Order: sequence, then structure tokens, then C-alpha cells
Amino acid sequence: MTEGGSLRVLIVGAGPAGVRAAETLLKHGVKPTVVDEAPRHGGQIYRQQPDGFKRPPRTLYGFEAHKATRLHQAFDSLKERIDYRPNTLVWNLWRNVAHVAGPKGTDEIPFDALVLATGAMDRIIPLPGWTLPGVYSLAGSQVALKYQGCAIGQKVVFCGTGPLLYLVAYQYKHAGAEVVAVCDTARLSHAAYLMPGLLAGGSTIFKGMWYAAWLKLHGVKVLNGVTPLRFEGTDRVNALRLITGRGGEKTLACDAVGHGYTLKPETQLADLAGVNFGFDTMTRLWLPAIDEYGRSTVEGVYLAGDGASIAGADAAELRGELAALALLKDHGMAVPNARMVALMRKLGRLSRFREALDRLFPVPATDVHAINDEVVVCRCEAITAGEIRHAAHELDAGEVNRVKALTRAGMGRCQARLCGANIAELVAHARAVPLEAVGRLRGQAPIKPLPIALTRKADALWALNRPDEPWSG
Amino acid sequence: MERLETEVIIVGGGIVGCSTALHLRQRGVPVILLEQGQTGAAASGVNFGGVRRNGRALEELAIAARSLEVWRSMPHLLGSDCEYMVTGHLKLARSEADMVALARHAEAQAPFGFKVEMLSRNALLARFPYFGPKVLGAAWCESDGQANPRLVGPAFARAARAAGAIIREHSRVSTVARDGERFLVVCGDDREHHVEVRGRTLINAAGAWANQIAASFGEQAVMEAWSPQMVVTEPFPYFLKPALGVVGGDVYLRQIPRGNFIFGGGYGDATLASGRATVMPKETLGSCELAVQLIPRVAEATVIRVWSGFEGITQDHLPVFGPSLTTPGLTHAFGFSGHGFALSPGVGSIVAELATTGATDVPLGPLSIGRFAKESAETPGR
Repeated sequence: MTEGGSLRVLIVGAGPAGVRAAETLLKHGVKPTVVDEAPRHGGQIYRQQPDGFKRPPRTLYGFEAHKATRLHQAFDSLKERIDYRPNTLVWNLWRNVAHVAGPKGTDEIPFDALVLATGAMDRIIPLPGWTLPGVYSLAGSQVALKYQGCAIGQKVVFCGTGPLLYLVAYQYKHAGAEVVAVCDTARLSHAAYLMPGLLAGGSTIFKGMWYAAWLKLHGVKVLNGVTPLRFEGTDRVNALRLITGRGGEKTLACDAVGHGYTLKPETQLADLAGVNFGFDTMTRLWLPAIDEYGRSTVEGVYLAGDGASIAGADAAELRGELAALALLKDHGMAVPNARMVALMRKLGRLSRFREALDRLFPVPATDVHAINDEVVVCRCEAITAGEIRHAAHELDAGEVNRVKALTRAGMGRCQARLCGANIAELVAHARAVPLEAVGRLRGQAPIKPLPIALTRKADALWALNRPDEPWSG
Repeated sequence: MERLETEVIIVGGGIVGCSTALHLRQRGVPVILLEQGQTGAAASGVNFGGVRRNGRALEELAIAARSLEVWRSMPHLLGSDCEYMVTGHLKLARSEADMVALARHAEAQAPFGFKVEMLSRNALLARFPYFGPKVLGAAWCESDGQANPRLVGPAFARAARAAGAIIREHSRVSTVARDGERFLVVCGDDREHHVEVRGRTLINAAGAWANQIAASFGEQAVMEAWSPQMVVTEPFPYFLKPALGVVGGDVYLRQIPRGNFIFGGGYGDATLASGRATVMPKETLGSCELAVQLIPRVAEATVIRVWSGFEGITQDHLPVFGPSLTTPGLTHAFGFSGHGFALSPGVGSIVAELATTGATDVPLGPLSIGRFAKESAETPGR
């Protein structure tokens, strides 16, 4: 139906999913445009250090060094043959045009098909003191180390849950930082019961166990089943107070904390593209609806990798390839069906692994119900849990967009990427209704803050044809 | 299936509808308000937030004066000032022709009892030293102000409810008709969620959707649904107190004490049927450029959100306000054409007066739906 050469495909994101999607398209004669916010490809997990930094892959990526190197090489070998735009943000979509902002200002990229490989970000649960200097998100702590070669502090505690907790702690300790403790809300007591699922991920689970064992061997406290209470300190965090798995209270002195509760998909572009979302009971998040190949509910829009749902980097590579094949097939091109079947089989195995992992490290999302009124939930606008509860109760706001409108919660710089799920939890709890009944915050452009200086363009007004309004303004 | 009886039925839970409900309850009148979505969430909640008389059509000034009384009483009336602040308003000129137009209108407004001062570029910069070279002067109205649109509709709805009004949200009207001496309004499409409301009086405050109701009684305004394009930036040190507009209306800008710039202009894609009013990126970029032309420092700010909504814009950019010409007991209050936020609290007060006493001292003749009789006959199906 369509000649490969004329098909305009835009891939957003140059992480594992985006890179494999680009590679697959190019293999079939379609030259995609790849837009990525980062200065260098690799995504978050295989993020490359800045030019001039010389740490070897093994230091940066640990067990995954070979995978990182393979992915980097794959993209290095094709980036000259495609339209690759690093340091560029897709800030809005309008029908089949992506509006981008990059080093040269704003631009438009028309497309016939769109692959969203937008990746994931930290999931945070607010506690008293979480906005103190020295308290970082877990993945942010990892970026500081992996990219800039900096630690977030000299005496660091990691808390939250998820496999990343152990990996980041290992990387910090390995890099020479003092890691005081790893505090995991998960008990891990049913690891044995989940073992069949965990083994579906191949050696991954053993790597995780190895990190935990290595940490203990090197004098790092590993606490499971904890309940974090608060970050203490006045000008800067100086301790984490928690309840241990055995029920006693404990104070861990530190000068920095990395905290995070697994990851959540970056779904804002899917939202702007008009994709339907469904409520996911396991993660208690609204996720874009996709079929098993990555097709969304909007024709021509495909999702791949952790931007669709969290499945990890290995799955992201497979999902990137699969979505690209589905895209090619949908545009009338011949694709190897056997390869698609093989990809699906591998993904099936990884999804059993992911399910077991989700059960092993359950996100204590409902913990936010118990936080004090004084705790800031929306950091950008400094809106407290009390203000959100007041809106839900006294101001009769039963829907998250209404709560946002009345309180400004979720209206700031991050546009609720960080606090949205927690606002919804608080509203649902305050009104004693199921989480899905309080709705979903509407996605609004820009995806990330857009400096007006970038938008200034002599011809911006050229296309405007605004009606004359005698009585306006 | 549910059957309800009342005195006054209001269709539309924007500020006009909710203010009407509150003012009717203050007069002791039973009222049921039906809103298809959430109260104050359409044009009422997503507009620019200007509360001004400067540059307003003469036909609206009596309503604006009444409304100003309501704005001033809000802390007492609603328990919230809805962030209403008297900051002044500047309507800016970007050409000599603009200056002439401003001066002419300032003169025409003079008999209406509020002060508008013409400022040359030098006089403007002496007081407000932040304008770019394109701005040649302004009409300055010190008594004008601004407020937070997101708060106003819900605040009126809460006050109306507390005063005894029945407000039904998520109640989309499917049929309106005469039923003997009364009006019959039906909500919901399926039997299970079917609601029939009967009342002696019907208020059509359905905003961009109001023509569907008017048409059920054989009259129509010439009106389209447009979607204004709004932008807000990250906080920036607060320096811009007055709200700003321009001759021609292609951009408007204000800054709130928290520091965010809020500006807008132009229109995007609006399809009432889809319920989706979208933001067109080129309009966002255009508004950024126009805003920077007014105030160069805006270029240092960062956009964090854009939005839109539905506005009913009439052919002559004036509202449809007053009794129906075909149906006794029906009052229209819609089509505020992108500048109804300031008026709507007062509109509710006037509608309540009309509905209970049958008269008001606010002259509404020029805003009658009858002015479209000829055009709407020529353009059916609007």
C-alpha cells in the first residue's frame, strides 16, 4: 500500500524501545525521525555520560554493560541515516504534526505514524520532610551518579521499594559513597512463592539477589518491611525515621536520601494524542490502552517500552521492535511474521516476570492516605494534603481536575507528573470512593516547561489570522 | 426514572446559572439547576479572568455595574473573594488608529460613571515602565480588576446549594418543551437515568450550547462555539499589576501575585459534538510572540500549561440576554462572546429579579434574541 520511503514515522524517545523501533523501521526501508530530550541516545537506563567522561561501561551499567553497549552501537550505526534530533522536546501534538522545541527553537514535524517510546519516571510517595534539601528521587540519584559522576551526599540512605533500590545502592557503594542503609517497604517474604514467575525473567532475579548480598557483605544495612515515617532536618535532611519490619522505631542518620517506589510511565504525549486510558488495579495508575503489539486506540499511534507500562529495559527493546513491525504491517508492508511471534513469546515470559516482580515489590500507594495535613503533596505549588482534603470534603470536589482547579495542586512546573497519583489517592480516600471514581487529570501541553525565548520566531505571527474583537480584553 | 417539580429550572451550571440559582434562593424561590458536566467548568472556569468595564460595549455597562456590586460582596455572599482584586486595566494601542478608537470609546463611556483616562506612551511609561516599543498608549481604568475563574463557578454553586438550590451535575438535557402552563425538561438518554423536571419558569444559561434550547422554542441567535487559547507560565517576580488588553483583542495578559503570567488570544478547534476544545500549538506560539511584543520581559518566562474551552460567540459579539420572544416564562442569558466572566455574577442577580418581579431597571432591549430574527431565518441549523 505505502512505499516505505514515503512513510513519515516519528519516534519519540531514544531509549531501548525507541532505538529498536528505529532500527526495525530502517531495516524495512523507512527512515524515521527520532526526537529525544537527552543530549545522547540510550534513554534513562542506558544514559550515556557527557563527552569527555571516561568511565567504562562496566562501571556505569554493571551487569547490563553489554546490553548498553549493544544498544548504543546499534543507534550509532544508524543515526547518520535518519533524522535524529537530540536535545529536543515534543511539547505538543496537533493532529499529525508534532511541535518540538530544540536548540534551534521551535519547529514542526509532520508524521503519518507516531511511535511513543517516552520511558518512565520515579514514583514518589510524600512524607514529612520530603521537600528538604538532600532528599532526592531514587532514579534522580542514579542519574546524578551515572551522568554527572556525582553522589547526592556523603552518607546516603535509599528508601522506597523496587529492584532499582538495590541497584542504585550498589552503584553508590561501588563508586565510593557511604551507603548507610537500604530501606525497602517490601517484605520479600513471599519471594519463594513467586519464584516461578521471577525465574521467567532469566538471570535478572539472581542479579538482584547478588546486589542485596553484596551490599550486606559490604556493611550496608538492608531493612525489609519498613514503614518510612519522615525525613528529619531543618535546612537539610539529617536523618530518616522509620518503623522497622519488626515494629520498632529507628532513626538513620544521613546527609542525603534517595527515595522512590518503582517507576511510572510517562504518558502525557499519549494523552495529548487522544489515546484512551484504562485504570490499572495493580499499579493504581491510569495507563494508555494498547493491544499486544503496541497499537493504541488512535490510528497511527503506537506505544512501546516503559512509556506504555512498566516492563523493564529488556522488554522495551522487544516492544520497540514489535511496535515498529506492527506499524509497518499496518501500512501494507511485508514483515516477518515468525519474528513477531517470537517477540510475543519472549514478551509473554517477561510479563510473567514483571507480574511476579510487581507482587514482590508492591507499591504502598495507599500509604499516602495516612500522611498529616501539613505534608506538602504538590511540590511545585506547595499544596498540602490538608488543602487537598479540604477541597474534597468542604468544597465538595469529588473529581481530581476539580480539586486541581480549586487548590492549584498539580498546576505547577511538573504538571502533576510527580504528584498526580497521590492527589487522586487523597481525594478518593477523603471521599471514601474507589480510586478510579475520582477520575484522571487531563493531559495538557506543554509536556515539559517551554521557555518562551525558544518560541520566539519572526514568522510565529505570520500564520495567525485572529478575528477582530471589538469588545474583548 | 425520576420526576421533580420546582418553580424555576435553570439549564447550565456556569457562573450565570449558579449565580441565578443563588439569587433566586435569596428571594425564596424553589430552583433546580441542571448542568451537563461540572459546575463552572466550561467557559466560566477556563477564561482569562478579567473583571473590567474598560473597553466594554455600552450595551453591557449597566450589567457590568450591577455585577461589580456582586463582585464586591463576594466575601460575604460566597465566603470567598475568588481572588478578585482591583488592579486596574489597561487597554493598549499599537497604532495611531488604535489611539483614536480608544479615545472615542473613552468619551462614549464617560456618562456611565466610572473613570477612564487616556495615557500617551510617555504617560503610560511614567506609571508602568515595562512596555515594549510597539505600545503607543492606553486607556487606563483604575477601578477594573481580575479574579480567578476556576473558583467562581464552584463557589456560586456551593453557596446556592447551601441556600437550598438543587444542583444536578452530569445531567445533560435531552429535551425541553412546554407542558401546559409549565416547562418540561428531560435529562438523560436511557430510561434508568431519565429525569423529568417541571417548572413554571425556564432560564437558558447553557452557554455555547444554548442555541439548542432556544431552537426548541422557535428562536435562535446567530452564534458559534469558539475555543479561546490560553497560556500560563511559571512564576516570575511580580511586577505587572494591571490586566492588559489591546484594541482588536488578539492578545490579553495579566500576572497574578503568585507570579505566573496568564495570557491568551486567538481560537482553536471547537466541536461541540465531540466535547473537545483543543489547543492549537501555532496559536500558543503566536500568543507568546504577541505577549512579548507588549512586555519584553515575558520572553524570560517559561510556559507550563495551555488550555482551552468553549465560548459561545455571537455574530455581533454581544450577549443574548432577556425574555424569549416566543415563549412566556423563558429567559435567555448566554452568548457572552468571550467577555462574560465579569458580567455573569450580576447577570444572575438580574435574572432573579426578572423571574420574580417581571422587570428590571437594567436596559436589556439591545441584547434581545429578537435582533437575530432576520439572520437566523436565513441561516437555519446554527
